[in-house]
Amino acid sequence: MTLADTKAAVAAAADTTGTASANGTVTAAASAVLKESEVRGGGIQMRNVDKIYPGSSKKALNDFNLDVKPGEMVVLLGGSGCGKSTALRSLAGLEDIQSGRILVGGQDVTGVPVNKRNMAMVFQAYSLFPHMTALQNVEFGLEVHGVGKEERRRVAMGKLELVGLADQAGKYTQQMSGGQQQRVALARALAVDPRVLLLDEPLSALDAKVRVQLRDEIRRIQLDTGTTTIFVTHDQEEALAVADRIGVMNGGRIEQIDAPQTLYQRPATEYVATFIGLTNRLPGSSDGREGVVFGRRLPVLPNSAKGSDVTVLVRPENLTLAAAGDAADGSAVGEHARVEVIHFLGALVRVDTVISSGKWQRWNNGEQLKVTVQLPANELPAGLAVGSDVIIAPRPVAALAV
Amino acid sequence: MAVNIDEQGLTNEQGEQLTPLQAGLDRPPQLRAARVRQQSIIKTVVLVATLLFLFIPLASMLLFTVRHPLSGRWSLAAWQAIFTGNGESLGADLTVLWQGLGTSLALCVVTVVIMLLLMVPTMVIVHIRSKRLERAIEWVATLPLTIPAIVLVVGLGPIYRWLSADVLSTNPIWLCFAYVILVMPFSFRALAVGLNSIDVKTLCEASRSLGASWPRVFFRVIIPNLWQAILSASFISIAVVLGEYTVASLLGRMNLQVALFQLGQSNSQISTAMSLLALLFGVILLVALDLISDRIRNRKDK
Amino acid sequence: MTATLTQAAPAVRKTAGAPASSSPLAAHRKELGTFAVTVPFFAYTACFLLAPTVIVIVGAFTSSSGGFTLANFSKLFEPNSLASIGTSILVSLISAVIGAVVGALASYALVIGAKPNGLLRRIIAAICSVLAQFGGVMLAFAFIATIGINGVGTVLIKQLTGYTVNPNWLSSLSGLVTVYCYFQIPLMIIIFLPAVDSIRREWREATESLGGDTWQYWTRVAGPILAPRFISSLLLLFANAFSAYATAAALFSQRSILVPLMIQGAMRNEMDPNQQGFAQVLAFAMIVVVAIVMILSHAVEKRAGRWQ
Repeated sequence: MTLADTKAAVAAAADTTGTASANGTVTAAASAVLKESEVRGGGIQMRNVDKIYPGSSKKALNDFNLDVKPGEMVVLLGGSGCGKSTALRSLAGLEDIQSGRILVGGQDVTGVPVNKRNMAMVFQAYSLFPHMTALQNVEFGLEVHGVGKEERRRVAMGKLELVGLADQAGKYTQQMSGGQQQRVALARALAVDPRVLLLDEPLSALDAKVRVQLRDEIRRIQLDTGTTTIFVTHDQEEALAVADRIGVMNGGRIEQIDAPQTLYQRPATEYVATFIGLTNRLPGSSDGREGVVFGRRLPVLPNSAKGSDVTVLVRPENLTLAAAGDAADGSAVGEHARVEVIHFLGALVRVDTVISSGKWQRWNNGEQLKVTVQLPANELPAGLAVGSDVIIAPRPVAALAV
Repeated sequence: MAVNIDEQGLTNEQGEQLTPLQAGLDRPPQLRAARVRQQSIIKTVVLVATLLFLFIPLASMLLFTVRHPLSGRWSLAAWQAIFTGNGESLGADLTVLWQGLGTSLALCVVTVVIMLLLMVPTMVIVHIRSKRLERAIEWVATLPLTIPAIVLVVGLGPIYRWLSADVLSTNPIWLCFAYVILVMPFSFRALAVGLNSIDVKTLCEASRSLGASWPRVFFRVIIPNLWQAILSASFISIAVVLGEYTVASLLGRMNLQVALFQLGQSNSQISTAMSLLALLFGVILLVALDLISDRIRNRKDK
Repeated sequence: MTATLTQAAPAVRKTAGAPASSSPLAAHRKELGTFAVTVPFFAYTACFLLAPTVIVIVGAFTSSSGGFTLANFSKLFEPNSLASIGTSILVSLISAVIGAVVGALASYALVIGAKPNGLLRRIIAAICSVLAQFGGVMLAFAFIATIGINGVGTVLIKQLTGYTVNPNWLSSLSGLVTVYCYFQIPLMIIIFLPAVDSIRREWREATESLGGDTWQYWTRVAGPILAPRFISSLLLLFANAFSAYATAAALFSQRSILVPLMIQGAMRNEMDPNQQGFAQVLAFAMIVVVAIVMILSHAVEKRAGRWQ
């Protein structure tokens, strides 16, 4: 993904959080159907959860902790094997946990089997029952709960309308596209009016275009119904687009959980900083409050490492780039670099450069030090071309030193 | 307080849900693990019972061959008779058996050859050129599954009477014509799996566009890509031919199974031992078949 | 000179494998060519598959003088014919039901909690494909060796409990069913394994997360999904047992208690004018029964095809 997308997604996520409490009329009708005594849209607490798969010595969840407020949408984000799906499945009751407690709406559900936890799950794919029509699939959960035929038909049609598939109600799932199938799965999960909606990589089996469309729709519906939702994905763009908060997972625990913007601008660990968005690893020094990169001072984030030889993680848009000729006025401090590639991204331009002089010409094991800079297209120095000599320096924006 | 851990989760005697704390547990209950254990008990019971039923007769056969049924004496005489080819120590004449075995082996070869000549070119051509003809051939080739061998024999009787009297001879080798029909459904499936696992059409078009003639395409391109399917079709055919009794016995020809049956009347130990050997051979053939079809599957997955 | 050139052009195109269907005539010729290659196949099957079947059907309706008659069918309704047809259907039905149920359970046991290509599963599948073919003389020997008059099991039971197994048990209905189950169960395992394989873990988990319990999963999800395949497999097993000849023939050659054995008897006595066309009539009846079963099986699979 491009950085422009990331920023747009961050902005969109920040925009939508304000309307999180809006409730749809369809849900009000549905909740009247189920004679559940529990409070709807319960919060979640997972406390010190350990999970070890049988036959494995590695902890899939290692002292895992998670707090979710009622009505919130939290995305668990991480690479494969980080434990994000395990966390979700443990919450659903599909996996045993070895220690710890799980509370939903204040109730300890650790000893409660899956089918009594009143959570509904949407799987990656293939979870619809092939011998039932879309409508029958959506009705299934209500039928299992003993809801009368007419009532469940009414609720199911309502949910299909919510996902925009009311006209496909009579189709078998095999006759539907992947995107439609996942919509039906979403409608089916919402039909039982779950305390918590669990989405396990619901979009990763879909085409890129459908994925973007559906993720926006999932967010709209979630805001509409106000259901507490956990969404697991490995796709950061997806996470940034839909989440109230994102928990970045690594090694069976959450490294940092924060609003998308915070996560991007103020990463707590190197893993988080490099996992989300693009980042440059630049040599510099840090005293824990302030750092120096390429001769320029900049604030460093809390948790930063101290020392005269640290790596500072600087986002491409937090670097300045000036043609070396302009620097003759003496105001520019920074390192000389040579332009390698220029990517025009519409309103933005990304410039890949290699440090071409000074002590950083050769870095680490004698590798070239590559630096990516991103700036608005209208700030691009005139006459910049591949091979141009430029001067690069950081802006005074807080960065993480590691 | 009694605590139950089962399908209902953690409950007390009244069926009320408990938390691990209320139940006095220091660890979360392993509900899923309990189910896995329960499933594996069911699994073990079902499999052991099924396998026992399947293995007891085989074990009995083995015991039967080494223990004389009347005197209760243990001896390897039956096996010795087979491997030395001399059944005199048991008072059995094995010439019928060798004759039947020879016929059956020859029948295997001839049947496989005719089957391949008949099926492979036809199936390849219609696979490339005509979906309609391919469906017609599939229908015809799997038809023998619907027409039992015993029925076929009734109709084959007059045909074979005419064949042996006027055209060929009463030599049992001519049973091959009927056997090709019997093995057809099985070999068709094996070949169809192979054909569907490679893109024959593209292969042909590619080699034709390079200027190769049809025979060249067929022998140099298609056959080498199809040899695993051809092998598995041959193996299943051999297995069927070696086990064939119905047609041979009712048409009055001698093959391995007919010989086994006749020998069984006089010396059941030797015929049982020979049956075990034939079965073992069948197992080896079909395990090889499994390995081959596994390779075809793997290629298709790639 | 120009003529040769224009002549050469299409020839080049043809050897280059370009689409030869440029003219309707060429397309027609190509179709004829394709059909010509299939002639040996159709000719062969006409001689050795179609011709015998026609002989059976025609023979069933031919009188001793060579004319058309329905009289041959009267023998079908004589008591001993009806009895053997009844026994045949009963044995086939019971062995098919037992084979289908046990085989389905075993398939399920092989699939749950095991890797899709696990060793145990592959070994059992290979053994089953051998045993499913293991009808006939060898199977008869196996059971004679087990529970025949001097069978290992018979002797063992006698020594352990003093109970003498009825030496004719193998030719009783329950004995015959037991023997038939020996190839029915493995056959069911082979044909039903793929169906059980197609059951996805997500369906169970989705059922549970929507509030369903094990019973609801089986009755509302897994059961209905597996049912069409189970029924069509059951029908196939029935046809398989109904048309089996060799095992029964090797077990008791003298008694015609099953339809295939009656056919054998009728064939042996074909010169007897009283038996005119009887073998053909019986064979024709078998074709009809098996065809009905196969059509039913197809219909069941087709019904499931709505959603498959």
